[in-house]
Amino acid sequence: MCLGIPGKIVSLAPTGLAAVDFSGVRREVSLMLCPEARVGDYVLVHVGFAIQRLDPEEALETLKLFDEFLEGSGESS
Amino acid sequence: MNPHKRHDEEKLASRLLQEIKGLADHPLRLMEVCGTHTIAIFRSGIRSVLTDAVDLISGPGCPVCVTPAGEIDRAIALSRRQEVILATFGDLMRVPGSSSSLQQERAEGSAIRVILSPLDAVQIAQENPDRTVVFFAVGFETTSPAIAATVKEAQRQGCANFYLLSCQRLVPPALRALLSAGKVNIDGFILPGHVSVIIGKAPYLFVADEFGIPGVITGFEPLDILEGIYMLLRQKKEGRAGIEIQYSRAVKEEGNQLAREIMGEVFVPADACWRGLGWISQSGLILREEFAAMDAARAFDLPYVEASDPQGCLCSEVLQGLRRPPDCPLFGTRCTPVEPVGACMVSSEGNCAAYYKYGGIP
Repeated sequence: MCLGIPGKIVSLAPTGLAAVDFSGVRREVSLMLCPEARVGDYVLVHVGFAIQRLDPEEALETLKLFDEFLEGSGESS
Repeated sequence: MNPHKRHDEEKLASRLLQEIKGLADHPLRLMEVCGTHTIAIFRSGIRSVLTDAVDLISGPGCPVCVTPAGEIDRAIALSRRQEVILATFGDLMRVPGSSSSLQQERAEGSAIRVILSPLDAVQIAQENPDRTVVFFAVGFETTSPAIAATVKEAQRQGCANFYLLSCQRLVPPALRALLSAGKVNIDGFILPGHVSVIIGKAPYLFVADEFGIPGVITGFEPLDILEGIYMLLRQKKEGRAGIEIQYSRAVKEEGNQLAREIMGEVFVPADACWRGLGWISQSGLILREEFAAMDAARAFDLPYVEASDPQGCLCSEVLQGLRRPPDCPLFGTRCTPVEPVGACMVSSEGNCAAYYKYGGIP
């Protein structure tokens, strides 16, 4: 029920709606709860509303512990 | 997908599993309080590979499952009125009320529409000016800002035939009720990712500060869940209890402040009844006085009437993490996803439905 689907904003309409691309499927989404989102941003969408901009730097990195573990230290925090 | 990335993820998953097993002296009981986590944990096989290290139990984390029969009865009563079109999320259609379900009512001729966004209900109201459109709204904090924004939008459009039957619930008061009851032993909470997108970290601090139980706000990919479990076990090992954020690509410490403001402009907390948990103080949301004209419960004089759970159904214990679905005498026999008796079997994110689909039938 609390599913949130990430999508990329492809265009903005003056009505506060945005066209969002979800891996090839395009849907109209309300930006009422996330008005700062811009074209090119990734947003988390729930029941037709963008509820948060996804942090691009955090999104690129799979996990915070990624480097720590792959380097084999695993000890630091 | 980049094949190198996939290889790295596999390596990372193995490493996380190894670390988790190394940290667990004895199986720790971790509760996930989000139905999406329940499904992700089953689907990814995490439960079965970690049986010796962690005991994963599900809590009251699905808004559909915690909707009591009395609320369904109220929606059914409205849907039986000639002038009403009832709009609701699809998950609610098969939830049993005390004598019927919305699906059954629709089959018998009631005008009930399944919608994907609350805004669809306003559109239905605009397209049917001679009908009364009632949006039967369930949801946790993830959904409530969208419902609040919809109420404001209906008001802005001067949509006089739009009403709301609010059955929204808040997660932190349920966690407090669960912990205060003292019936279930929990070593750590895998906290819900998308509820936390809205509310942030602060509303959970009491879990660590007052009850000494750590919590980690966790994402929904298998690696997110493994990292969340790892972070919980590390806290336990170091003798700490804090609330940490694993799902930092979506959850900010302060949450979505604007979304909370909109929620606060439209709704006010009120005592509410949960399936399985009973009445919990200030755990529901009702419309503020300014929006009272849109309140379906007032407009149609429909007070909440409590209704009992179906006989023999253990949903109540299952939702509190006290029993597992296979402990229920109805599980897999009288109660199946095709013909559910209890709400936990209805919702695809319900604990019983997840056990039925992924956990095997005893």
